[in-house]
Formats: sequence, C-alpha cells, structure tokens
Amino acid sequence: MLKPLFFLTTFFAASSGFASAQAVVRVEPTNLQGPRSLPEETGRAAIRDYLQSWQSLSAAFEQNRASLLDPDFVGIAKDKLTATIQQQSALRIRTHYTDRAHDIKIVFFSPEGLSIELLDTLDYDVQIIDNDRVKTTQHVSARYLIILTPAELRWRVRVFQAEPE
Amino acid sequence: MRLPTTVEAGSAFSIQSAGNGQATLYIVGLGQVLKRDVLLGETAFFSPGSLISAGRYLVVLAGVSSTQNGSFDVVSTHKPTNLSFLAKPSRLPVGLRDGITGAVYVLDDYHNLIASPTPVSFELSNPSSTVQKHLVVTHNGAAWTVMDSTAQQGIDKFVARVGDAYSTRVVAQVPGDPCGLKMTAQQSGQQVRLVTDPVRDCSGNAIPDGTVVTFTEKYNGAQSTVDEPLKNGIAEVELSARSGATFSVASGIVMGNQIRWEK
Repeated sequence: MLKPLFFLTTFFAASSGFASAQAVVRVEPTNLQGPRSLPEETGRAAIRDYLQSWQSLSAAFEQNRASLLDPDFVGIAKDKLTATIQQQSALRIRTHYTDRAHDIKIVFFSPEGLSIELLDTLDYDVQIIDNDRVKTTQHVSARYLIILTPAELRWRVRVFQAEPE
Repeated sequence: MRLPTTVEAGSAFSIQSAGNGQATLYIVGLGQVLKRDVLLGETAFFSPGSLISAGRYLVVLAGVSSTQNGSFDVVSTHKPTNLSFLAKPSRLPVGLRDGITGAVYVLDDYHNLIASPTPVSFELSNPSSTVQKHLVVTHNGAAWTVMDSTAQQGIDKFVARVGDAYSTRVVAQVPGDPCGLKMTAQQSGQQVRLVTDPVRDCSGNAIPDGTVVTFTEKYNGAQSTVDEPLKNGIAEVELSARSGATFSVASGIVMGNQIRWEK
C-alpha cells in the first residue's frame, strides 16, 4: 500500500499548481483501514477532485452563489455549505477562503468502493467582508475530515468537517 | 474576549467581551454564520440550537475603534442518531465467503460526523439460518465489516446498529450454480424423453424456473442441441430415439450425466 501513496506524494508535489492555485499540497503515505486496496489512479483522482472543490467553495462563499458548489459537493456537505451561504447572503456578509497548505492522508477506502475518507491538516485564510467592508483576515490551521463519494465523472465531497486536533 | 474552547453542537454558549460601547459580533464558519450587535463589557448569550454544525468558527468582535479576533470549535454531540450505511451487493449467490461488505459512517442528530471511537454492531440475518454478528469500533467516524452469504436462499437483513440508531439493507441471496445435475431417459413412442431430477445448488436450494438447461444428442458424428428452461424445478425434452445415440445435459458451465441409448 505504501508504494502507490508515495507516488501520490510525488504527483502532487509536482502538480500543485494545477490542483490548487496557491496551496502547497502534501500527500502523506499511510496505511489504509479496510480490506480493499486503493488503486493508485483512484487515490490520485479523489485527491485531485477534493483540491478542486476548494476552488468552487472559495468562489461560492465569496460571491454568495451556492450553485457554484454543484460540481464538487453533494449530500450533507452541500446542504450545510448552501445553508451557510444563504445565511451570509441574508446578513450581507461575504467570506473569502484561500487555502494555503494541505497535508492530506487517505485514511479509509470503503470495501464496496463507494467512499474514500481523507484527513487534511489544512492552513487557510479567511477574509470576512460585511457590506463590502473587510472586517478582518485571519489565518486558520485546522484538521478536516472529508468523505468523498463517486459521481459520474468525478469524486464529490459528501462530508467536510473540521475536527479539534 | 472570552470564548469557549469547544461547544457541543446544539448547546447554549456565551461570549464575554471587555470594554464599552457598541460592537458587532461575527461568528463565521463553513457550517454556519451568525452576526449580532452587542454591547462591549457584556456577555452575549447564545441559546441552544444556535450553532449545530461541527467545525471551526472564527469570532470577530468589531467595535468602533478596535477589532478582536478568536476562534473555537463546535464538536459533534457524541450521540449517534444517524448512520450512513453502504452495503454491497444487493444480490449474490448463497455460500459465498466474504461476499457481503458493509461500511458505516456514524453521525449525530445534526448530521455531524462523530469522529470519536464508537462501537458499531453489524448483523446479517436470514429467517432460516444463524445470525452473523460483528462488533466493530469506528476509526475517524467509519467502520466496516465483511460477511459470508448464508447457505439458504432468501432475503437477508443486513443491519448496522449504534445504540438506538440503526440502518437496514436488504441482501437477496439466490441459489448458486446447479449441483449434481442428473437426467433420466424413457422411451416415448418413436422418441426418447429426457427429464432432469429437480435441479438444485450444492446447498440444496432450488434453481429458479427459467434457468436454461441444455440437452445434447450425439449420433454418428452429428450433434443436435435443445435449450429448455426449467419449469417447476425440472427440464424435459423429447429427442429422436436412435440406438447408439449419446445424450448429455448441462446448465451454464455445469455438466450433468450422460446416457447412451441402446434399443
């Protein structure tokens, strides 16, 4: 299991520019729990799609347009993010999320192949804008649990949740 | 500004500020956003249910002349009430080792993933066979198991349970391949009538009607084949009764017996 994940590390170190505009991406080798080995291509696709989801999240929260989440989010994650964007809009708030660094570990590939769980120790900046006035910009370091499920052409984020470290 | 370190989802909490004058309090996360006008030096109380979505929240207290920042985490309630249960397949042959897999994610009442270790019971039951039960503790909110399909055909219930929360999937177990396929031959006028015994799998389950059985006659270097579906558990056919002919029976890749006709 280690070999494919070392390959992932190499891939994202070389390709972080495509995956995320500014973020440094590191993928840790790890031992998966579960009976099913993770094909190299599958792991790579899941991480690529997760990183791309940050781009749509950032745009959706900055523009208060929940529809921008559609390609990358589904289920609980989409419902919660959509509700938050609606709250922002009602309060005339916008937020600008910029991911700076990802340290990603794949921790679970479910035996039927219908979900992948990632752990991302994440650095990002949040700018809070109220009535077009920037109120603050803060840097956040947090550990996120992410569950991805496959759609027709890509992996989509189903659960996206920060956990206390 | 005094903030809680963590808030359990749905619980009441408060934020104490210092100073005086008016300010705006922002609590901003990916799961929720709150904004409230406050008086500095007073305590802002938030009633139960104000924050229900687990995650990291930034707190900004913006006064006329200064801004204070902080953050806290909202955590899941640790009371499992929802299970996201993935099971596969929904239909499989009997007697298959490690043929059924299940994975579960444990969620609280607000659909927050419960990341702390939580025991999950997986049960596979069939009215006519013993219950398979596995107890698994979640890791990062996930637990999984592998079960064997039982020897008896029928509709199995595959249940994942955590405390009072449970989720059920139905797994249809169908007969496996025919086993010990056998036919007999009888004269029927100018024909020979070939009839199989009731066709069953190796566990004794009846193979469903409609399954195709192939009868083959070989005579003098020539071969003729007839496909017949099972009806009432058996298949039958009439072929030319020629002395020296050899009849064989098969279903899929399973071969049955051969009969040489000498009359």
